[in-house]
Amino acid sequence: MTQKLIVIGAGMASGRVLEHLLEAKADYDITLYNAEARGNYNRIMLSPVLSGEKTYEDIVTHDADWYETNGVTCHFGTHITGIDKVAKTVTSKNGTEHYDKLLIATGSAPFIIPVQGKDLSGVITYRDLDDTNAMIAASEKGGKAVVIGGGLLGLEAAAGLAERGMDVTVLHLMGHLMERQLDEAAGYLLRRDLEKRGITVKCHASTKAILGEDKVEGVLLEGDEVLEADIVVMAVGIRPETRLATGAHLTVARGVEVNAQMETSDPDILAVGECVELNGQLFGLVAPLYDQAKVVAKTLMGEPDVFTPKELSTKLKVTGCDLFSAGDFAEGEGREDIVFRDPARGVYRRLVLEDGCIIGAVMYGDTADSNWFFGLIRDKTDVSEMRETLIFGPAYQGGGASDPLLAVAALPRDAEICGCNGICKGQIEDAIAVGATDLGAIKAMTKASASCGTCTGLVEQVLAVTLGDAFVMPAAASICACTEMTHEDVRRMIKSQELKSMPAVWQACGWKTSCGCHVCRPALNFYLLADWPLDYTDDPQSRFINERKHANIQKDGTFSVVPRMWGGITTPDELRAIADAADKYMVPTVKVTGGQRIDLLGVKGEDLPAIWKDLNDAGMVSGHAYSKGLRTVKTCVGTDHCRFGTQDSTGLGIKLEKTLWGSWTPHKLKLGVSGCPRNCAEATCKDIGIICVDSGYQISIGGAAGMDVKETELLIQVATEDEAMEVIKAVTQSYRENAKYLDRIYKWMNKVGLDWIKDQIADLENRAALAARFEVSQSVFRNDPWAEHVTKAETYQPIANLTLEAAE
Amino acid sequence: MTNWIDISPLDAVPQRGARLVKTAHGCVAIFRTGADEVFALDNACPHKNGPLAEGIVHGNSVTCPLHNWVISLETGLVQGPDEGKVATYPARVEAGRILLDAEFLSQRAVA
Ligand SMILES: Cc1cc2nc3c(=O)[nH]c(=O)nc-3n(C[C@H](O)[C@H](O)[C@H](O)COP(=O)(O)OP(=O)(O)OC[C@H]3O[C@@H](n4cnc5c(N)ncnc54)[C@H](O)[C@@H]3O)c2cc1C
Ligand code: SF4
Ligand code: SF4
Ligand code: FES
Repeated sequence: MTQKLIVIGAGMASGRVLEHLLEAKADYDITLYNAEARGNYNRIMLSPVLSGEKTYEDIVTHDADWYETNGVTCHFGTHITGIDKVAKTVTSKNGTEHYDKLLIATGSAPFIIPVQGKDLSGVITYRDLDDTNAMIAASEKGGKAVVIGGGLLGLEAAAGLAERGMDVTVLHLMGHLMERQLDEAAGYLLRRDLEKRGITVKCHASTKAILGEDKVEGVLLEGDEVLEADIVVMAVGIRPETRLATGAHLTVARGVEVNAQMETSDPDILAVGECVELNGQLFGLVAPLYDQAKVVAKTLMGEPDVFTPKELSTKLKVTGCDLFSAGDFAEGEGREDIVFRDPARGVYRRLVLEDGCIIGAVMYGDTADSNWFFGLIRDKTDVSEMRETLIFGPAYQGGGASDPLLAVAALPRDAEICGCNGICKGQIEDAIAVGATDLGAIKAMTKASASCGTCTGLVEQVLAVTLGDAFVMPAAASICACTEMTHEDVRRMIKSQELKSMPAVWQACGWKTSCGCHVCRPALNFYLLADWPLDYTDDPQSRFINERKHANIQKDGTFSVVPRMWGGITTPDELRAIADAADKYMVPTVKVTGGQRIDLLGVKGEDLPAIWKDLNDAGMVSGHAYSKGLRTVKTCVGTDHCRFGTQDSTGLGIKLEKTLWGSWTPHKLKLGVSGCPRNCAEATCKDIGIICVDSGYQISIGGAAGMDVKETELLIQVATEDEAMEVIKAVTQSYRENAKYLDRIYKWMNKVGLDWIKDQIADLENRAALAARFEVSQSVFRNDPWAEHVTKAETYQPIANLTLEAAE
Repeated sequence: MTNWIDISPLDAVPQRGARLVKTAHGCVAIFRTGADEVFALDNACPHKNGPLAEGIVHGNSVTCPLHNWVISLETGLVQGPDEGKVATYPARVEAGRILLDAEFLSQRAVA
C-alpha cells in the first residue's frame, strides 16, 4: 500500500531526496511543507544573485510546475509548528496531517549575536532569498553597510554589496579573515584583495551594540569606536534548526542526531541536511548533504546504504578572490609545512604534511591544482617520493621537466589528465590494460582528450610510459626547430611551472637556440601575455614588424595607417582630419577597407609617429589593422535607420569594439553585427558574428573569408545585450587561453569541437569566470599604442646620418 | 689602419633589434643581437629588397619581414634553401658606443 511521506523544508538536501525518490518511482504519496514561500532553489547561488551576476530565476532548481508534474503536494509559506511522533502527525496553520514516514530537512538558522539593537530594522541575516532581496533593496539607496562576520557568508555578502555600490566595512572578531579555512598568510592576501575593491576590513573587532532609534544608524565596537551604517548584515554563523525535533522529544545534541541510515531516534522519522548531527559532526556545505540525500532515499525504499562523511574543501564565490582550503592545516608536532609564495602575483600555497601524507592545503591566488591536492588529501596518498616538487603541482612531478615522460611516469594514478571529462591517469592505464594501444582507443574508451584536446600530449605520454617500446609516439609537430615541444606542451609548461618570461621558457623547456627564432618568439610572446597579463611585459622584438610598428608593412617598405572607427561610424570632423593627414604626409592611396575603415597607404616609416599624433589630436586611435588581436567590428545600420532592424546593431558593434579593442588573440579577430537576418554586415563570415533577431541575439563563431571561406556556426542565442557581451568576452578569452598561436577561431574550433566551446559558454559560472579573466587582461591591454609610440618618435628615425661624410 | 666612426650609444639600438644609418647611397642597418654584438648590413633583402632592419633578430640572424628569408648577420649569406648575399660592413662596440669602419662609406660609394 502506498505510504505517506511528509517532508519538512524545501531546501537543497530535501530537493535531492525527492529527485532520488521520484527517479526510483518509490511508492510514496509525498507532501512538502516549506516555511519559505517558494520551492527549492540553489541556495549557494544567492551570492551571485546578491552581486547581480545572476537572477533568482537562474537559480531555481524545482519550481511549482515540477512538484505538480511529479505529484508532490506542496504547502509553501507554511511553517510546521509541531510533530506528534506517537500519533504520527504534523501540525501547521492548515491543521494536522498524518504521516507514515517523516523527513526533517529544516536546514539551519542564522546565529544572531545577542547585542542591544539586534532587532532594529535594517539588521539583516544572510540565509534565504528574502534576506538577499532585502540587501538588494537596501543597496539601491547606496550608503554604508557593516557586515559582522568575516567568514564565507559575510565576505560574499560584503563583496555583493560593494558590487552594488555600497561602502562596506567587514567586522571580524578574529585576527584574520576566514580563520577556520585559511591560515594567516592566505587571510592576509584575501584581505588585500577585498581592500582593493574598496571594502574596509577590521579584524579583532567585537560588536558591543547596534545603534539607532527605530532603524539602524551605526555599530558600536568594544573600545567605543562608532561606525555609521545604513544596514548591518549579521553573518556570524549558523546553528542547526532543531526546534521541531526538540519539541517532539527526538534525540538532539547540537543537531538532530541520526545514524548512518539517516534515521533519528524514532525510526519513522528521518533527518537530512544542515539540521543533522552524526557522531558529533555537523554539515554546513552542500557536498555531504547530497551524499546524505542518496542514503535517505535508499532507507525510505528499504534498501541498505550508509552515509560516510568525507573530507571537505572550501572555495569562496567572490570573483577575483581565488582561494581554496581543505583538511587540517594547524601547525603541530610531527607536522611539516611546504610553502610557496609569489609575492608579486599574490600567490600563496601551503601544504601540511604528516606521516608522509598531505593532511591540509591552503591556496590563494592560483588554485588551478587544487583538485589534485584535494585528491591526495582524500586518498591519504603517500607523497614522500615527490616531496621536493610537490608544491608545484601535478605537472611538475618527477622533476625532470625537460623529460616530460619522466614527469608523467611519476604522476599518481589519480592525477587528473583530462580536465574536461575528469579522467585520471589510472583510468587511462586501466584502458590500456584491457587493450587500448593508441589515442583513438583511449578516446573511445575513456573520453580522455575527446573534448578540448589540450591533454592529447599527456594522454600519449601515459601511453608511452605504460606500453614502453610497444607504443610509437606520433611525432607531433614541434613549434619550430628551436624545440621538440609542441605548442600545447609549451602552453602547459608556461601555466604549470609559472614561466613568466621568455628566458624562463627557453630554460625550462630546453630550447636549442640562444633566443628562439622568428617562428617561436611571437608565439611565446603571445602565450605569456595571455597567461600572465598582469606580470609579463610585452617584447616588441618578438613581434612581427606590423605589430612592432603598429602599421602594416607594404611591399616597398612603406606602411599603411588605419585609424579606428568604432563600429564603422565616423564624423565629418574625423573625415576632415583624415583628409588633412593624407595631404600633409603625401599619402598616395586612400582606400576603404573590407571592414568599413579607412586605410592610408604608402606612409614612410619615419613619418608614422607624426601622422599618428595628428590623428590622435583629432580624437582617433589606432585601428589595430596590423594586429593579431581585435581588428574591426563591422555593423549594419540596425534600428536607427533600417526598416528591418530588430536591435541596435550599430550600438552593439560600438560597444563590442570598445570592450575588445587592444586585446591580443592567437590570430586576428574580426566581428560583425547585423540588425536582422538579412545580414547586411556579413556577420556570418566573421570570426564572431552576431545576428540580431526579435527575441535577442544569435551569436555564431568560426567564420572566415580569407584563404578559407567559412560560414559561422551557431554558438548560442541569448536574450539580452548584456548576455551577448558576456558570451563574446568569454569565447574570446577561451580562444586566447586555449588556441594555438596563428590559429583563427575556425581552426581552433575544428580541433576542440564546437560542442566543447558550447559547453564552456553554457556553464554560467565558467562563462562568468572567463569573462572576468578577459576583463583582467583588458585592464592592461585596452590602450592606444600610437599615443604611446608618439613619445618615442626618435626611434623611428635613423640613428645616424652620414650623408655629409659621404659627400666629402 | 681602420678609421672607426662613432655612430651612437649601443643602447640606441634595442637588443634583438636594428636601427638605420643614413648614407648618401641608401640606408645601412645596424643590428644588435641578444648577446650585444653589433653587425652592419645593407638594408635590402636579396629577394625583393625587404627592409631587413624591420625583421626579427634571432641568434646571429635576421628574418626578412616580407617573405621570411633568413640572413646571417655575420656573413650576409642567405640561410637554408634560398640563395643570395647581402653586403656586410665592419662594425664593433667599444665602451658602450657603436663604431663603424669609415672605409665602408667609400665601399658603398663604389658599389
Ligand atoms: C548565501 C549562502 C551561500 C552558501 N554558499 C555555499 C557554498 O558555496 N558551498 C556550499 O557547499 N554551501 C554553501 N552554503 C550552504 C548551503 O546552502 C547549505 O549547506 C544548504 O542549503 C543546506 O541545505 P538544507 O536542505 O539542509 O537546508 P536549506 O537549504 O537551508 O533548506 C531548509 C528549508 O527548510 C525550511 N524550514 C525550516 N524550518 C521549517 C519549518 N518549521 N517548517 C517548514 N519549513 C521549514 C526553510 O525555510 C528552508 O527553506 C551557502 C549558504 C548560504 C546561505
Ligand atoms: S541587416 Fe537587417 S537591420 Fe541591418 S541593415 Fe540589413 S536589413 Fe537592415
Ligand atoms: S588579397 Fe592578397 S594581394 Fe590583396 S591585399 Fe590581401 S594579401 Fe595582398
Ligand atoms: S624581400 Fe626579403 S624575403 Fe622577400
